[in-house]
This record gives sequence, C-alpha cells and structure tokens, in this order.
Amino acid sequence: MDDISVELRRVTKKFTSPEGTPVIAVDDVTLGIRNGEFFSLLGPSGCGKTTSLRMIAGFEQPTSGQVTIAGQAMGMTPPFQRPVNTVFQSYALFPHMTVAQNVAFGLEMKHAPKDGIRQRVTDALAMVRLPGLEKRYPKQLSGGQQQRVALARALVNRPQVLLLDEPLGALDLKLRKEMQLELKTLQREVGITFVYVTHDQEEALSMSDRIAVMNAGKALQVGTPTEIYERPNSRFVADFIGETNFLAGTLAGCEGTQAAVDCGGLRVFAETDHAPAPGTPVIVAVRPEKIRLHLEPLPNVLNCFAAHIENVVYVGTDTRFEMRLAGDHKLRVRQQNLVSTPDLAAYFSGRADVYATWLPDAAQVLME
Amino acid sequence: MLKTIRERPGLQGILLISPTMFWLTVFLLIPLALIVVISFGARGSYGNVVYTFKLSNYARLFDAEYAGILWDSIWIALLTTLACILAAYPLAYFIARSHPTRRSFFMFLILIPFWTNFLIRIYAWMIILRGEGVLNAVMTAVGLMNTSVGQWLFEQVQLYTPGAVLVGMVYEFLPFMILPLYTSLEKLDPSLLEAAADLGARPWRAFLRVTLPLSLPGIIAGSILVFIPAMGMFVVPDLMGGAKTVLVGNLIRNQFFTARDWPFGSAASMVLMALTLVVTLIYTRTFGFGEELVP
Repeated sequence: MDDISVELRRVTKKFTSPEGTPVIAVDDVTLGIRNGEFFSLLGPSGCGKTTSLRMIAGFEQPTSGQVTIAGQAMGMTPPFQRPVNTVFQSYALFPHMTVAQNVAFGLEMKHAPKDGIRQRVTDALAMVRLPGLEKRYPKQLSGGQQQRVALARALVNRPQVLLLDEPLGALDLKLRKEMQLELKTLQREVGITFVYVTHDQEEALSMSDRIAVMNAGKALQVGTPTEIYERPNSRFVADFIGETNFLAGTLAGCEGTQAAVDCGGLRVFAETDHAPAPGTPVIVAVRPEKIRLHLEPLPNVLNCFAAHIENVVYVGTDTRFEMRLAGDHKLRVRQQNLVSTPDLAAYFSGRADVYATWLPDAAQVLME
Repeated sequence: MLKTIRERPGLQGILLISPTMFWLTVFLLIPLALIVVISFGARGSYGNVVYTFKLSNYARLFDAEYAGILWDSIWIALLTTLACILAAYPLAYFIARSHPTRRSFFMFLILIPFWTNFLIRIYAWMIILRGEGVLNAVMTAVGLMNTSVGQWLFEQVQLYTPGAVLVGMVYEFLPFMILPLYTSLEKLDPSLLEAAADLGARPWRAFLRVTLPLSLPGIIAGSILVFIPAMGMFVVPDLMGGAKTVLVGNLIRNQFFTARDWPFGSAASMVLMALTLVVTLIYTRTFGFGEELVP
C-alpha cells in the first residue's frame, strides 16, 4: 500500500441543514489515490466532491469512516497538522499581506530559517511564472495572477498532497485552458499528488490520470479518462460525461462480453462486463460520434438500422444529425466533416432515409 | 422654479446640503466661535464675561491642579477605550461567527439598553456598586467578601472610586465599540482562517496574523467613537466618581454652572478639543484609518 497517497475508507459525512433536515453529503465513499497521481473528483454541484476534499484537508470531520494520508490515519488531526495544502476556489489570499508574505506564510508557521524562506518564496513564484510581483498586494493582481499566487503559497510548503477546489472556476475560458495545461505540466514537474475538484468534465478528462465521478454523495466510477468515457458503468456517468444515446430494452442473450438486446423491434449488440440474465431490463449507451451513416444497408454487419433524418446541424468540425429509428428511438449522430465539399449536411439533406451503424464494442450495456 | 433646479446640478447640491450647513453654522460654528472669543476674556465680578484678550485662562490650565485633571481625563478615556476593546472583541467575534439569522437578534440585544434613559441606567449601576449595594450583597452571599482578594476587588469598583467611573464609562460606550468591530469581523472571509490553518497556523497564530490585522479598521473606528466622547464625559464621573474623581468634563461644567467663570470654562473646552484631536491624530497616524487594509 506504499503506492497509496490518500485513502478514503467508507467515509460518510452527514450534515444538518439550517432548516433542521439531515443531509448526507458524502455517502460511504471508498477511494485510493496513488502517489504522484493527478486525481479528479468530478460531479455536479452538491455531489459531495468538495466535502470529500474538505475532509482530506481536515476542515470537516467524517461522520464515519477513515481518511488516511501517506499511511497515517488522520482521525481528528486538525488541518494545521496535516501534510496537505489547499488551493481554494476563492483563492483565500490574505488581503493585508503582500504576495511574498502570502507565499511565506506556511514556511513561517513551520519556523523555517529566514534566509531559506526568501529563496524558496522566489523559487515558488518563478515556478508559477510570477517573478517580480513579491511586493504587490492581492487586490493589485488579476484573477489569473491571484490564482498563481494561491498555487505558489500551497506548493512552497512541498506538501505530500495538493488539494485544489475548483481552482480555475473564476477564470475566463481562454485563461482556464492555459492554466489547465500549466497545472498539468507543473504537476508532472513537482511530482506531488494532486486531488482536483471540478464540475467541468472536459477539464477532468484532459488533466487527470484518474477520475472519480460522484453523484448524490456516492463515488459512482473510478478510472482513467478513457475508461470513464469509453466504458461508463452507469447511466449517470454516461450521461454526465459527454453526450450519449440511450436505447432502452431487455437483454436477449450474452456471448462472452457481447450482449444482444431487444430494443422495441431492434436487435442491438453491445459490450457488457457483468453478463446479466436474459430478460433483464437494460439500456444500451452509444456515443453520437461512434455512429456511421450510410445511404445503403451494409450486408453482414451487426447494428445496422434504417434511420429517418429529422434535423441536420452544421457546426464546423462536425455535422450533427437528429434521427429516429424504428421503434421510435431517438438517435443523435455526429459525423466529422472530413472533406469540405460536398458537406455532409448537403449530402444527406435530400435523403430522409439512411442507415445508421456502429460496432458492438462501441456501445455499452448498462443496468437501468 | 423646479425646472431651474432640475437643469442646474450645482444648485441641486447647494439645496441638498443647505439644511445641514444651516444647522452646523447655527449650532456648531457660531457657538464654537463664541467659545474661542470668550476663552480669551475674563470673569467679571458678577460672573459676567469681560471681553479682553488675555492668555491667563490657558495658563491657569497648566497649574498642577488642573494639569492633573487633564492628565486623569486622558488616562481614564484611554483605559475606557482599552477596556471596551477587550470586552467588545470576544462578543463581536461571537456574533459575527454565529448563524446569519441569529446575528440581527444578538445585535438587537446589544441595543436594548438604549431603550432606557442613560441616567436611569447609571443610577442602576450606583445601586449595584454602592458600599451596601447589590454587588456587595452577592459577593458576601457567596463568601467572597471574607477573602482579602474579594475585598480588594470590591474596593476597586466600589461607588465613588475611579474604578466605578471606569465601569460606568465602559458600560456606556461598549456598544460603540461592538458595532464597528462586528462590522469588520463579519466581513472577514472564513476561508481566510481555513487557509491559515491549512498552511500550518494554530488557531491562536491564525488569530494574531489574520483575524486581528483584518479587524484593525473596526478597532480603530471603535476606539475613535469611544475615546472622543469619553474625554468629555461628565455625567458618569459626577454621579459615580463622587468628589474624588474630577475629570475635565466636570471641570468645564462647573465653570459654566457653579463657578460662573465662563472664560476659564471656555479655555478648558478648547484645550479638551485640542487634546482629543492630538491623541486621535497620533493614533490614526500610527495605525492609519485602517481602510487601506480592507480589500
């Protein structure tokens, strides 16, 4: 277990709301975050991701369960004794201190030698590419600069784990994209475990080594971005990450990892990893970009269905089709615009009736 | 007429400030000018004012007797301010950290004493602090008066001592310290304290490095609100200090109403004003007004 940096074992957090109703913010979550990993907690607001982070930081105590950091059970250990540092959503920079004083704060609290502090502050500010701003006050900095100061203030302490609570949430889109790349690069350089809370699926997918998708206090799925996107284990995960078509049906049979599902007159083939019994109600999830459109039916392929085009939208990189299959299933399809002329919209626009196909292992059987 | 006003913003401004200007001119500037003029005058044989230009009234204030009174006044006002800070801070902190729906209720409780006349409340304190008063009775009942420490404590605040004056002044001015302190503590972002803890600061150090500096504007505003009126206070020392405690406020009152020496009373008023200004200036020059600390 040397490999594990942060462990949450059966952690539950219950609150009482101001109105007196009990709220379960985090519900029996078990997670192992590996050393040096960029780990994201992803979910909609109120899913318990920030509460989980705050329990790692020590700002909240679990109602039950145990948080372990670097092999040490945290129990009731207060935040100031934990080997972690936090980058707050609001940055929480001390407004009455200069940038240098802000960054030096953690080192001073640990009684580091004075001349060593100055050097480390300079290094930390260079690391976040903010040199020469030592004497400024936070309010004299832009949002992006404040964000970097917050990062330097945390990283200068060389924590075992860096906790980041939606740190890019307040930045505009362009700056956010820049900072995403920078954060990822920085994380590789310093090799510190990052635990990153976000509600932005694209951010989580592009930055993380692994992601835990949370909803209603539960960690629904933990895996690499590819696993989460390609092999979602539940309807919520498939729906929350990216766009997905859901076809409801009942399982007809399984062969290995391939399942045949009857979806109101269609026989759909898809991947399954839990081999449910025939007759079980299931859903088939298939991503819009995995579907191909053809003018003629393809012979000898699984999953080839007549489709009626209802709407075509050209969005530059690809063309989006809204279509209807037999059995009244709606289907959204994206086709990449590989050639510029004739464009797909024009190509398909005269023909309302086409054929949609996808490979069985591009679709996923999920339990209802 | 209305049209002219609407078209001329300058005229609007003059109209808006004129009631205040009128009030301040009639009830502040003119009386102040009179006091300045009278302070250089002399007392006539029948207590009337003889208009001359002499500095003797001011010179008299440097006599040991009067200088002592001035010194005591500054001292008691400073002590009152300090005691108010110490008493108000925990209370303001508690209210600022309590649930938002309860805060206004607590502030309401702070303001309840204002419903009763100030004099009546001071009389209540006199009943409490009298030699045979409520405090004595309670301390006797719990056995404290049998101990020398208990006796010493009681003597410090017994009626007609400087301690009793201090109690009365702190009581009177406490809300003026609580309100600005509460305002600045309430603005303090709780995540700053979390950040301090996260960076390894124990609660006490987080308080010294984050909470205290960020509440300095409140401390400064409260100190000014307490110190200035405390310098001129004469009701509390009159009623609770007995003959032993004469402060500059009592001195001025006595000159106007008892001794009928208006010129000397005016000079004392001018010196009180100057002293208050000087102390306030030194204070704000040292600590600033505090605004620059607030983001």
